Amino acid sequence: MKPVRIITPTGHLGTTPLEKASFERGCAASPDFIVADSGSADIGPYPLGADKAASDEVWQRHDIEAMLLAARRLGIPLILGSASDTGTDRGVDQYVRLVREIAAEHRLGPFRLAAIYSEIPVDEIRRRFKDGATIRGLNGRPDADATTLDRTDRIVAVMGAEPIRDVLEAGAEVVIAGRSSDCAIFAAPLLNAGHSLADAFFCGKAMECASFCGEPFMGKETILGRADGTGVYLTAMHPDQRCTPASVASHAMYERLNPFREYVPGGYLDMTHCHYEQVDDKTTRVTGQTFVPSPTTWIKLEGSGKVAERALFIVGIRDPYTIANLDRAIGWAKSKLTERFGPLGQGYDVYYHVYGRDAVMQAMEPTPARAPLEVGIVVEVVCDDAARAETICHIAGKNLFYARLPDVKGTAGTAAIMSDEVLHARPAYEWTLNHVIEVADPRELFRTRFETIGA
Amino acid sequence: MKLVDLASTIRSKNAGVDHITFDVICRDRKNFERVRDSGALNRGAVAHLFGIEESRVTDFVVFEPANAIKFTIRRLRPSGGLGESDLFGSQQYAPLFDIEIP
Repeated sequence: MKPVRIITPTGHLGTTPLEKASFERGCAASPDFIVADSGSADIGPYPLGADKAASDEVWQRHDIEAMLLAARRLGIPLILGSASDTGTDRGVDQYVRLVREIAAEHRLGPFRLAAIYSEIPVDEIRRRFKDGATIRGLNGRPDADATTLDRTDRIVAVMGAEPIRDVLEAGAEVVIAGRSSDCAIFAAPLLNAGHSLADAFFCGKAMECASFCGEPFMGKETILGRADGTGVYLTAMHPDQRCTPASVASHAMYERLNPFREYVPGGYLDMTHCHYEQVDDKTTRVTGQTFVPSPTTWIKLEGSGKVAERALFIVGIRDPYTIANLDRAIGWAKSKLTERFGPLGQGYDVYYHVYGRDAVMQAMEPTPARAPLEVGIVVEVVCDDAARAETICHIAGKNLFYARLPDVKGTAGTAAIMSDEVLHARPAYEWTLNHVIEVADPRELFRTRFETIGA
Repeated sequence: MKLVDLASTIRSKNAGVDHITFDVICRDRKNFERVRDSGALNRGAVAHLFGIEESRVTDFVVFEPANAIKFTIRRLRPSGGLGESDLFGSQQYAPLFDIEIP
């Protein structure tokens, strides 16, 4: 087994720019690989369904440029996972284009790039379903059926370490991967060097969000992770940040159902018996992780489908009497919609998001409303047809201006209209698939292509 | 004492597209043991606080290495769906502040 050192400067490449000073410090720490995850499901179902990046290309280019230049200068591989937020084919092609452009600009090369695609046509999953495959719902979701697939516009499969290991072994110097398990992009080079599944995936789990595993809280700072057979070592590169047992353990909990298990194709990482110890001022060593293989291989599928067009209108209310009787005012506004457009939920729907009262927590809000001085209401209308959504939304908002309450004093308008216009919103999508499908080979849903870049 | 005075971190965030997870991380071991042993934080208590069925609390764990208690709630609809108001699930934790820890 060969000791391996990996640096990562960002937990979500492209959202906001990486911090160069700690990245340079990481580059000076003799890394063997530069790795960064670019994916997120937190951004909601729209980017996948509509196949649009959530991040700005300015910052994507900024981060890729910094990492590509460093990787070529140091002569080490660069691995980027879940290209352009969602890891669709568009995302992979966009990142390959950026690498090509940056290489041309800086006269880099020649080097070998591998692109790994993970988008799956809905028809391909439909065919597997018809052939008897189970599309198993994750964490309490029902299994998918033909109806679920009919509601789905776009699907990505989430790769494990295998396709990335393959291209590295075939000599790839830059890897642009479609949707990937966050920890697998770090695990792949460690597994190729002979490290255990437990250490490889734990190292990935700890590093996937970069400096979020250190303290104090900082984003976009570089972390060095290394494995040498005696555990996984995590070191903060920012001068004022440390990786401590508490910070690394806290990160094991982050954005997860529970802190003990991380599922990847082929099994799960078990962190129940992890032991965290401070080995120097900025470094924590972790031992005791195990990997529990499963007899079958399941690949995660993420799917998104368009639900409706959306339109928004914004109003504010200051009159304490109207605020105290807000539900009646909203009820009246809704009754006027029903009169004109038919029952809510049939062809259209409306949501009154009452900021200042319960817009944020809705039904989970336990605190009884204290009469706020003002409330802001975002009126959201969803409807199959965009023009009709706009028409309904304008009325849905303006009806708060004309709300009929018995003792209202302000009879010249019961709401403040911020701007008498309907705001166009992006269409509503929904996460239709958060499922897994059984495969014979963990590589079979992914396609790989090599390209030589530069002179 | 209130939970907010014993914890250094109280946060909520999506855990995948169907769940919101809550982390309560204590300042030190002493505070953690006080919170843990008080029994004030448990599945039933958080379900009651948020006014949801206990079956929607899918995970509830005491995580010793981080001096933390963590629980996860299943969303009624996936994040970003119709009528969404907290895409990242990041502002659902505030009601935990006022839990009395004896």
